[in-house]
Amino acid sequence: MNSAIPTTADFYRVLPELLWCGFGLLAMFLQPFVRNRHFFTALAFIGTLAGAAGSFLSFRNPGAGFYGLIQADAFSFFFHLLVGTVAVLVVLAAGPYLDRERLPVAEFYALLLFATAGMGVLASAQELLTAFIGLEMSSISSYILAGYRRDSLKSGESAMKYFLLGSFATAFFLYGIALVYGATGTTRLDTMVDADAASTLLKLGLSMILIGLGFKVAAAPFQIWTPDVYEGAPTPVTALFSAGPKAAAFALLLRIFATVPAATHFWFWAFWILAVLTMFAGNLGALVQTNVKRLLAYSSIAHAGYILVAFAAVTSMAKGGRSEAAAAYAAVLFYLLSYALVKLGAFTIVSQLGGTGEKNLSLDDYAGLSQRQPVVAAVLSIYLLSLLGLPVTAGFFGKFYIFKAAVNSHLLWLAVLMAINSIIGAYYYLRVIVLMYMREPSAEAAAVAPVGFPLTVNIVLAVTAIGTILFGVMPNPVINFILQPTLFGR
Amino acid sequence: MLHGGHLLSVLIFFPAVGALALMMLRADDHKYIRYIALIVSTAEFLFSLLMLRYAHVGDAGYRLEEFAHWIIQPPINYHLGVDGISLFLVILTTFLTPISVLASWKSIEHRVKEFFVMLLMLEVGVVGVFLSLDLFLFFLFWEVMLIPMALLIGIWGHERRVYAAVKFILYTMAGSIFMLVGIIWLYNATNTFDLPTIQNMLATGLLALSPRTEMLLFLAFFVAFAIKVPLFPLHTWLPDAHVEAPTAGSVMLAGVLLKMGTYGMIRFCLPLFPGASHRAAGWVALLAIIGIIYGALVAMVQPNLKKLVAYSSVSHLGFVVLGIFAFHNISMQGAVYQMLAHGISTGALFLLVGMLYDRRHTFEISEYGGLATPMPKLAAFFLFVALSSLGLPMLNGFVGEYMILLGTYQRHWQWASWAALGVILSACYLLWSYQRVFFGEITKEKNRALPDASAREKWILVTMAVVTLWMGIGSVFITRRTAADAQAVIDQVEPQRPYEAAAPANPGQQAARIAPGTTNARSVERSGTR
Repeated sequence: MNSAIPTTADFYRVLPELLWCGFGLLAMFLQPFVRNRHFFTALAFIGTLAGAAGSFLSFRNPGAGFYGLIQADAFSFFFHLLVGTVAVLVVLAAGPYLDRERLPVAEFYALLLFATAGMGVLASAQELLTAFIGLEMSSISSYILAGYRRDSLKSGESAMKYFLLGSFATAFFLYGIALVYGATGTTRLDTMVDADAASTLLKLGLSMILIGLGFKVAAAPFQIWTPDVYEGAPTPVTALFSAGPKAAAFALLLRIFATVPAATHFWFWAFWILAVLTMFAGNLGALVQTNVKRLLAYSSIAHAGYILVAFAAVTSMAKGGRSEAAAAYAAVLFYLLSYALVKLGAFTIVSQLGGTGEKNLSLDDYAGLSQRQPVVAAVLSIYLLSLLGLPVTAGFFGKFYIFKAAVNSHLLWLAVLMAINSIIGAYYYLRVIVLMYMREPSAEAAAVAPVGFPLTVNIVLAVTAIGTILFGVMPNPVINFILQPTLFGR
Repeated sequence: MLHGGHLLSVLIFFPAVGALALMMLRADDHKYIRYIALIVSTAEFLFSLLMLRYAHVGDAGYRLEEFAHWIIQPPINYHLGVDGISLFLVILTTFLTPISVLASWKSIEHRVKEFFVMLLMLEVGVVGVFLSLDLFLFFLFWEVMLIPMALLIGIWGHERRVYAAVKFILYTMAGSIFMLVGIIWLYNATNTFDLPTIQNMLATGLLALSPRTEMLLFLAFFVAFAIKVPLFPLHTWLPDAHVEAPTAGSVMLAGVLLKMGTYGMIRFCLPLFPGASHRAAGWVALLAIIGIIYGALVAMVQPNLKKLVAYSSVSHLGFVVLGIFAFHNISMQGAVYQMLAHGISTGALFLLVGMLYDRRHTFEISEYGGLATPMPKLAAFFLFVALSSLGLPMLNGFVGEYMILLGTYQRHWQWASWAALGVILSACYLLWSYQRVFFGEITKEKNRALPDASAREKWILVTMAVVTLWMGIGSVFITRRTAADAQAVIDQVEPQRPYEAAAPANPGQQAARIAPGTTNARSVERSGTR
């Protein structure tokens, strides 16, 4: 660790990021020379898949890499695999979308790969400036991706809002790092173990980091951007936003907890309040939406709130020792997994049904869908029921583990508030199901021929739907993996 | 395979296999779809009868247990078992499903395949609820059952079906989400979801909850069950759901779904939280009595025939809750009996109302009148069923209500006297509505040429009538099998009280006396089964 030259193992530990960046660069270089759109889709598919596969190799070489800047462990492996899978599925879903909207492909995939690499860095960063680089890589690519439909006003608005508010939040994050450095004399999380929890400077720094990351995960009161950005961005990009960067930002938050005890002491009430605000902001906002993308955006906020409940449980339990907190970490990880699958699938369906120019996004366009496209309606229902948290779906276990974590740490009020929110949530998810199954389609919608679903999109739907059911019936393998005591390397 | 070993699993998943088979069929093969649904549900009924071979008369406890590890962390097990109480509820479910299939034979014309798939999936959920011995597994089936029921109401119902379906699902979920928190809380205290294990911990004193915790946990469970029953004042979803549901949906809803609530009280609330049950009993009884009288009074003034039957359910289920919370062996058995009897007679009432609707497409009582002239057979069946519902001796409704009142009277004579009002009122609303629908002059020309019961309808009604009569005169067959388990629940909720000998002249009581493991009684019963 003291040697100045990085070892081979160090490079294995960042292999996924290297592969993602490498394929991203390759796509940019080849862009002037290759006209075939399918070539780039295939390239991006191979690139994202190679990165996801590379995470197995980095998992085989656990330990701190590059003088402790990053940490390759089961935790980072889990998130690498998660964002990698998300990226693979987004590539598959985006191919037909880009063709339909007549958008250039190479840049899209390059940006997607860079964003994925940034999320990968976030998941394994053990040093705050490294995390900052990861955050910037994923954010800047995301800003551009949000505005990728250049001729659409909404897309431009989305990118602009995301960029302005996002850079503001990043500034908070950076300032927080500076203050933490001032208080502890280090930016490496693993050397902050003995930090003085009573230091005002440290508290200030940590709260700024929390604000920065709170923005990224769309926690209230930093959630205002979410519906507009989600609505304006191209739908496959929205799918990525809701699944990838959120998971990565939560990963960083979790790692900060797992390594810096001072943070856990300080953040309990912050998370308690954030969780309650976020749940209510998301669920109450979603009640009145008529646009599917906005509805799912508000539901994203609500789910961030549920995850924050588990964070409150983590902070509450971490005082009692790490072994108890493990169940709450596991709850977060499992929830993020189930949530990513579902949101990805749901946005893919929305993207496909939207039609050219994303016209059909109103809830009314979904009336009577079960009669026009029964399979699509059934699959979308699976996703919605998982978001709602009904048994036999992964979402149920996700919610169940969070409830369990909350009750375990005696946060009964938080559990009750979450229960109330689940019921509010049930209403608007059911509203979509009711529309699809119990209403007749409008005259013009009935006249339109059923939307075709290309093979790649069907693969995305199959993977996400089967995954949702599979993890809802057999969560054992995942749970065993994320409950291992060496989740954070030590 | 059906040799006991996995009988319960087969019972749960056989309808699911049937539903899967239905999904493979072409959507317009209506005839095959109906026949397959009928065959599957009838076979399921016959399977469920096999359980009777394993139900020992006289000893309490779970039979045919199945146990398998499912999820390791937290330890959730696939634990099934059946006792005297759940045994007959399962049989009731499997009996009413083929009846519902037959009742929907003609009246369901669009999206036929999906309809029968949903009906069979509903059966999966309900049977699963009755057979689960793991709290988590129970909750899982409890929730899963919601979706098919809501779709049955929402897709094949009447005008305000969507409203009714959403109301139904939101009400139930509101209750069950708190039950989930309760289940997790209980897990936190015990480190297990296994019901027998928790009961064992309570019995041996390993688990001792503080009175406040116990009461909160009791409420978390009780509210979920009370919504399902439905107990006054949580009943408002029921009339909507019933009026809007298709006939088969109403039959299943009234017949078995409501019983999941009272079953939950017997299976979970009383044994797990005996102290809280005691402290709450007075309030619960008050609500039950209000429900009995209120339900009956509202039923009396209903202009809508189906709503009338729905409110009569509120009244009848009030009796069941009262019987449970009187903590008396006879009233407990009466409650179980009333659950079964109500399933049959109210199910039959909904079937008859559905048959009237098929002919005239209205539930308004004022649209009918003098129907006994064009359709004497239907009128005769209706009278028979109405009499059983109002508790005429020799028919099934009498046994349950009588036992409940008898048992309750011995504990709290005031409760019993108020509840007895309900018996009188039920005679009023049923006979009065019968008079307005079937007797008098024919006021609407349309009613003059209505066809009488068809062959299919006669088969359904004869079956229901035979069961009604058999339950009225052969009640010992059931009560002697439920006696020991009802007593076991009483023992758990009141361990300090020794077994009480009560006044004879009651079939259930006699059964309970003969019961303890006498071999000759069992062999007599065996021969009676055939």
